Amino acid sequence: MIISVASGKGGTGKTTIATSMAFSVEGAVQLLDCDVEEPNAHLFVRPDITGAEIIYTPVPEVNMNRCTLCGTCSEICRFNAIVVLGETILPFTELCHGCGGCMLACPEKAIRETGRELGVIEYGSRKGLEFIHGKLRIGEAMAPPLIRKVREYAKPGFLTIIDAPPGTSCPVIAAMSGADFILLVTEPTPFGLHDLKLAVGAVKLLDIPCGLVINRSDIGDGRVREYALAENIPVLMEIPFARGIAEAYSRGEVLAQISSGWKEKFQELSERIKNIARQKSAGTSYA
Amino acid sequence: MKIAVSSTGKDLDSPVEPRFGRAPYLIIVDTDTLEFEALDNSASMNAFKGAGIQAAAMISRKGARVLLTGYCGPKAFEALEAAKIKVANNVTGKVKEAVTAFNGGLISFSDRPNAEAHW
Repeated sequence: MIISVASGKGGTGKTTIATSMAFSVEGAVQLLDCDVEEPNAHLFVRPDITGAEIIYTPVPEVNMNRCTLCGTCSEICRFNAIVVLGETILPFTELCHGCGGCMLACPEKAIRETGRELGVIEYGSRKGLEFIHGKLRIGEAMAPPLIRKVREYAKPGFLTIIDAPPGTSCPVIAAMSGADFILLVTEPTPFGLHDLKLAVGAVKLLDIPCGLVINRSDIGDGRVREYALAENIPVLMEIPFARGIAEAYSRGEVLAQISSGWKEKFQELSERIKNIARQKSAGTSYA
Repeated sequence: MKIAVSSTGKDLDSPVEPRFGRAPYLIIVDTDTLEFEALDNSASMNAFKGAGIQAAAMISRKGARVLLTGYCGPKAFEALEAAKIKVANNVTGKVKEAVTAFNGGLISFSDRPNAEAHW
């Protein structure tokens, strides 16, 4: 089972929730930090890293001895990543999405695949928790292919918890699609509500059951709760705005491990999620 | 010689468009006869990425040897260099005035882009 922890707005507490749930649930658990542009779950998990894999994306390399400058490759590239200019052909590999279309289309078989480094995946463990994260290469703009590679580490039979990036753009979709449940973390502020609505819109398109955690639940106003009620999104947990929690966070401590009660609450949270996901897969509406 | 000018409109009285890749029109002018052709650049204007590259390829296909524009970013500049098109940045006024200035030798060429890359 795969639970993706997402948010819309950044800084709402995705990593707090993902790491706490990962350390609370008994049995085989994996945590995948898919926020590859700024991974931070390792600061809380503190895993022993046992291995790494460099990830590449295919980009075109043109053999000028074969190229006739026919321009077929340029025509099929919607990202303008390969262009015929006068007497030469120029690949702009930083724009390339690695679809391989130009290589297939070239009538002269003049294009071959070469790799552009996207970043690195590191893996390890801590206290029985399997940990995997991706780190996007500095200067690289394309996160989704690296996120998909991190997700290939998900194992059947495990509870796989994904710490997703913020927002609602391609990287977030890459971290949410195919999950069994999306846990949305928000805060009861106007910004929190605004971005939550965007995130819920994305989750609806993906047709995955979702639930809400309201963090810093005693600030702001009641509009997030009203929205959740109107949209039939269950509020599965509330976390107060407490100095003790913030201090522990600043020391890199996991919420579920700092004081009594939180571990049980996160176990209960994961049980409720499992029940909702099971009902959904059995064809019953959860809402 | 054929030169390209980024333009806000379809004729020589239109003001020069400061943006190259996302200019509404690219006007190809014959500097001897002042005959011109206005190229609809909407495909590049609406391009998701690589507008400047696409625009450079278009004026290259039309045989332009020089580009007069306002701002030119690094990818467009690289593409124009590959196409052996000289670039003059910071050009203002009407398209006709820019061509006259070019014919009078009052335009100097750039050896580097003068705008940041867009993502």
